[in-house]
Amino acid sequence: MRVVNLSKAVALTATLVWAAGCSTTSTTTDAAGAAGAGGDTPASGVSTYGVSGGRIDATTVTAEDLKQLRRVFYFDFDKAVVHQEDLADLEAHARYLSQNPSAAVRLEGHADERGTREYNMALGERRARAVERLLVVNGAGDAQVESISFGEEKPAVLGHSPDAWSKNRRVELIYQSK
Amino acid sequence: MVRIRQLLTALTLLLLAQLAQAELMVEVTQGVEAPTPVAVVPFGNETGSALAEDLARVVDQDLERSGFFATMARENMLSFPTKREDLYFRDWRVSNMDYVVIGRIESSPAGQLSVGFELYDVLREQRLLAEQVSATASSLRDAAHYIADRVFEQLTGLKGAFATKIVYVTAERLGDGKQRYRLQLADWDGARAQTILESSQPIMSPAWSMDGSKLAYVSFETGRPAIYVQYLASGKRERIQSFPGLNGAPAWSPDGNRLALVLSRDGNPEIYLLDLTTRQLQRLTQHYAIDTEPAWAPDGRSLIFTSDRGGQPQIYRLGLEDRTLERLTFDGNYNARGRLTQDGRFLAMVHRSRGGGNDFDIAVQDLKTGRLDIITRSGMAESPSIAPNGSVVIYATQEGTRGVLAASSLDGRVQFRMPVERGDVREPAWSPYLR
Repeated sequence: MRVVNLSKAVALTATLVWAAGCSTTSTTTDAAGAAGAGGDTPASGVSTYGVSGGRIDATTVTAEDLKQLRRVFYFDFDKAVVHQEDLADLEAHARYLSQNPSAAVRLEGHADERGTREYNMALGERRARAVERLLVVNGAGDAQVESISFGEEKPAVLGHSPDAWSKNRRVELIYQSK
Repeated sequence: MVRIRQLLTALTLLLLAQLAQAELMVEVTQGVEAPTPVAVVPFGNETGSALAEDLARVVDQDLERSGFFATMARENMLSFPTKREDLYFRDWRVSNMDYVVIGRIESSPAGQLSVGFELYDVLREQRLLAEQVSATASSLRDAAHYIADRVFEQLTGLKGAFATKIVYVTAERLGDGKQRYRLQLADWDGARAQTILESSQPIMSPAWSMDGSKLAYVSFETGRPAIYVQYLASGKRERIQSFPGLNGAPAWSPDGNRLALVLSRDGNPEIYLLDLTTRQLQRLTQHYAIDTEPAWAPDGRSLIFTSDRGGQPQIYRLGLEDRTLERLTFDGNYNARGRLTQDGRFLAMVHRSRGGGNDFDIAVQDLKTGRLDIITRSGMAESPSIAPNGSVVIYATQEGTRGVLAASSLDGRVQFRMPVERGDVREPAWSPYLR
């Protein structure tokens, strides 16, 4: 069941990313395919980490490895689809959680200020749950992850620009215990 | 020394609290094209002691802030009649006034106050209203709002909503990443604001019970969202719902017995009905899309809600008896947070038109004809709430980097802003008529 979910998520993400004609090394990612709102453009500096897939392939994720992993994951406007370039890091977090059963994370989902507050609460929830699903299908235990949405109530960046918005549409992965 | 420092800290906090509670003001930014000229003459005070409120001033402001009237400045008045025998229509005709309001305040037995007021048609030299209102020293402002309601109704044919209240949320950055959130209760015009809840965590979605005695809201004070019900008179409250995940968007049924709300306890945001007597929970929606922002039809037989089941947020109506589902909005690519007028005919919502870029405005749809009108030009409007007389929508928007409240008549002809000196103001909710 879970595996099916994962493959769906991956397939969806891949389709989305593919349709938008982007690559993981590009900083402009799916901007080309984003229509209308302009809110679908990721912030500069968001997707420029260049995750080294090689290192994360190590079977054991150590506490030291954990420091290298991203903890904030960004989303497109009104979407709750995990970006393909985030999958490797999330899989590594999942592996760490499965290897450390006493570790626990809180997934805080957020939205940008556009649109209504309660809809944005639901959107933040969906984003957190999308990340939660990825962690669980990759080995994290149900009890190790908790999703919570703050909607647009706790922006990371103040401001009313597409750049600020793209930094606020996010899920923050916060270790409650390691 | 330590004690002095504590005292100083306490004083500073007190001072800050005072500043933070600076009141909202109402400014009409656009009124009707030919507002009706009306003079509200200072009321006579025959009580023998000073009064805390200038009643005529409050009546004058209410009428002027409705956008339908142009009131006369006191310094231009040729006389200050307080009784019929002192009123010379000629004085008001030469001042181009169509109507004049006079009144007087007297002491009545049992320490009460009695306010008499009269409304005159200057051109016809006719009395249109004459009433006595009893009040106490502390309820003079309520008496003034009542008088404004009576005058407004007599002259416009619309029921007044000046004697109503609003609640809203304020957020203030305290530095070091901390915030202070407050739930505020005030007169419709922002006066007499008082804090009814204060928290370091977000407060959201305040909703009035139809009898005006209680509020439901979402508070994150435990670190997670939970729904609370607070009694306004006592300040007592109760935590109603705190499942894992979302607990949001509470909405009282018109009979006050049920609360519609949003929970994600089954994995996805869905709308539920909570029976407040039996505490039984009934799930109303079953869809993998987001379903949220329920609001009741005034007859209690259906709910409207926001859903993105069609790919984008749109507003739907769910019949509670036959479970029929109907999509209500088709114009635009984002329609959410609908609110219905008390007659059920008009739907106010947050709207983004196709090709509207990032502009979110308040739109009103006539459910009978299907016609949709965008009534604001805010670009960042949200949280519409309709006055109980169905003539004004209050909403939240942005001015510069700050959240402020604004309002518009339902037809968009009259526009108001409600500036406040500091902090962010958001999520206004207009009370029902209060007894």
